[in-house]
Amino acid sequence: MLDAKIPAGPIEQKWDTHKFKLKLVNPANKRRFHIIVVGSGLAGASAAATLAELGYDVSVFCYQDSPRRAHSIAAQGGINAAKNYQNDGDSIYRLFYDTVKGGDYRSREANVYRLAQVCNQIIDHCVAQGVPFAREYGGMLANRSFGGAQVSRTFYARGQTGQQLLLGAYSALSRQIGLDKVKMHTRHELLELVVVDGRVRGITTRDMVTGELGSHAADAVVLATGGYGNVFYLSTNAKGCNVTAAFRAYQKGALFANPCYTQIHPTCIPVTGEHQSKLTLMSESLRNDGRIWVPKNKGDTRPPDHIPEAERDYYLERRYPAFGNLVPRDVASRAAKGVCDEGRGVGPGGLGVYLDFSEAIERLGKAAIAEKYGNLFQMYAKITADDPYEVPMRIFPAVHYTMGGLWVDYNLMTTIDGLFAIGEANFSDHGANRLGASALMQGLADGYFVLPYTIGDYLARSGNNPQDTTDGEFQSSREAASARIAKLLTIKGERTPDAFHRQLGKLLWDTCGMSRNGPGLETAMAEIPKIRDEFWQNLKLAGSPDGLNQTLEKAGRVADFIDFAELMVIDAHHRTESCGGHFREESQTEEGEALRDDDKFSYVAAWERSDNPAQPTLHKEPLTFEHVLPSTRSYK
Amino acid sequence: MQFTLKVWRQADREATGDFVTYPVDDISADTSFLELLDILNERLLARGDEPIAFDHDCREGICGTCGCMVNGFAHSHERETTLCQLHMRSFTDGETIIIEPWRSRAFPVLKDLIVDRSAFDRIIQSGGFIAICAGSAPDANATPIPKEAADRAMDAAACIGCGACVAACPNAAAMLFTSAKIAQLASLPQGHPERIERVKKMVSTMELSGFGSCTNHGECEAACPKGISVNFIAKLNRELIRAALWG
Repeated sequence: MLDAKIPAGPIEQKWDTHKFKLKLVNPANKRRFHIIVVGSGLAGASAAATLAELGYDVSVFCYQDSPRRAHSIAAQGGINAAKNYQNDGDSIYRLFYDTVKGGDYRSREANVYRLAQVCNQIIDHCVAQGVPFAREYGGMLANRSFGGAQVSRTFYARGQTGQQLLLGAYSALSRQIGLDKVKMHTRHELLELVVVDGRVRGITTRDMVTGELGSHAADAVVLATGGYGNVFYLSTNAKGCNVTAAFRAYQKGALFANPCYTQIHPTCIPVTGEHQSKLTLMSESLRNDGRIWVPKNKGDTRPPDHIPEAERDYYLERRYPAFGNLVPRDVASRAAKGVCDEGRGVGPGGLGVYLDFSEAIERLGKAAIAEKYGNLFQMYAKITADDPYEVPMRIFPAVHYTMGGLWVDYNLMTTIDGLFAIGEANFSDHGANRLGASALMQGLADGYFVLPYTIGDYLARSGNNPQDTTDGEFQSSREAASARIAKLLTIKGERTPDAFHRQLGKLLWDTCGMSRNGPGLETAMAEIPKIRDEFWQNLKLAGSPDGLNQTLEKAGRVADFIDFAELMVIDAHHRTESCGGHFREESQTEEGEALRDDDKFSYVAAWERSDNPAQPTLHKEPLTFEHVLPSTRSYK
Repeated sequence: MQFTLKVWRQADREATGDFVTYPVDDISADTSFLELLDILNERLLARGDEPIAFDHDCREGICGTCGCMVNGFAHSHERETTLCQLHMRSFTDGETIIIEPWRSRAFPVLKDLIVDRSAFDRIIQSGGFIAICAGSAPDANATPIPKEAADRAMDAAACIGCGACVAACPNAAAMLFTSAKIAQLASLPQGHPERIERVKKMVSTMELSGFGSCTNHGECEAACPKGISVNFIAKLNRELIRAALWG
């Protein structure tokens, strides 16, 4: 049985009690502990900076050329906190309640409560760092309502909140690098994890400029490597985002939880053609002022301004009068797919719906809309060559965030001793669906205010872990990485890494995307091993292992995506209920809404690797709800 | 559409580079510039040639990873556009396009179109922060900040650190980049305690990193994909004078 190590006692006191019980490392001893952080996004940069502030010896690795470029930077809308500055009835308990409910009762109550507790400190800290949040004329912080919340609890910096928060964490990290408290390794990729006797000892990396393989020993390793949305090939993730670090951990025995929980974001720019390399998100804050509609009649190809009001279907406002355009992401995405499946979609291929600002522009004026969303409108205009001030935007759902991730206990430690996972890389706080403005909150909560406490307890208990990196496990780890690279380069087949990646992505989007069913998933389970076999026989690469070789990097990541995809569809197949972002067609209400099966599936599915990749072992962590009692989510 | 691409190829930091010409055809007007390079790279790889190395990541104009000179313009001839936001509909069919890396002594070429911009990180490491440790902040609303000041800070903070300002400057100066961070933090009360030390250290690191000096060409602002204003350079100079007088 998995032990999540959730502290006893009333939920309001669990974290405080736990913090007191955690062992401390003597300040003079902290510098003797070496901690490796992989990934430099919100979670990784904030964790690394904070650990260095505390006095630990920290090394950070990222694949980008600078820690400032991690994909947290692309988050647009905002970050939640239960400050109740707007006096509209918000509280820690309400944020906790909304997040558990929004996650469709598939998250851990204790973790979510802690998240709601510490988020207020995040806002304080970021303001002190110089993050230029939006303000009112009186000088106080501004808030907006966001993504399915009925209170205004979202803090934002124009449409670039992720950028500003990441630059805040980056500045804190940079300060520690300048003080020589953090050793920064940019353009480095994790290839293997070194685990001995169930305990993590370090990592094997590849210097992406020189091609050199390196060994790095540590007393603890933190994976802050983000999500796996790029398994679909087309997603809103940056091109470099990958599952390799998390999947290497899985291969070494860490459990992977709920891989089938993926979030399809409702407001992205539709696909235009085969050449498309990625999808672009339009912040869902746009749904605060934009109205979503499609023509009432099938096959209506008139331009939007020629379709009279009476012939438009504002389908979210019609179906969900209480929440209207602000229903949670999973609900909005499925509704968009529904109207497109009915043949009422707009734009090329009928895969799009309108997001219309004309009424808001009339009501508030163009200047007010430009101030709120100017950069988003500009971004949209650049990609589509349409002016959203004049014609409605066209949007369609796209893969955006992954709620699944490495299984961690309350201390954010995986099932490998000393290996922690934070931010999107873990599974813990969002259940089966993440609410808007919660990803930034979780990444920074883990990095600034949770991990720095819990990792100290681990180090205090386990003591130093000195390792010789020249031989033993480190040497075999380097040899394994080197052999894999050599193998990729010697296949000399006909198809490029991108060709395999596109093929895999299309298969997953069709069978394990916005809606899933048994036969479709079985097809995927049969097809993925074939893709893998062909990959390892027919891959074409160029260049050498020494030096900068971007196709080699891509090939390694695609190989892991293929293996990971198999786990994802196995999880999706086993969970025959619908919940949050996981919609099983077999399990829906008469009205087509998701239908959970709490009796059978109120658990976290944590998978352990086995020698046969088609048969990983399932471990269940039962979920119990004492405060937010499961009910059918209703946004009507 | 079809194009003739003249692309800078350079094997590594020490190698001598040169332009190589690649014809590409069958390109849709909705293809982004980076997707054009993707398509070319797929074709190169298919015939066994090594693809062109170029930096890119978010492909939505915010991470600052991509960038190269296109027909002599940093990123693009279009205003406030990163390379990834540039689309082939902005070119004429049959056009010859010259593509080369950022050119600056402080940004050595690593391979083909990829340069090393770690000098920017070093400038930030020397002072582009407010020294506060997690846990010690007062309530976020304890210090009111006038909206105008917050907006000004945000205008400066929008910098994505791509390096176009350096690439566009005839002197390869990093003044716009450096001034944006200094102006952001000087606009906010939280940035005031370290104001004098910050500007001294950041400017000193900038000068030691091999960037040139500012001679008011204004090319940086014209090339900046985020429209960062040269007024921030004036602000940096005022901060420097302030530091000299009071520091």
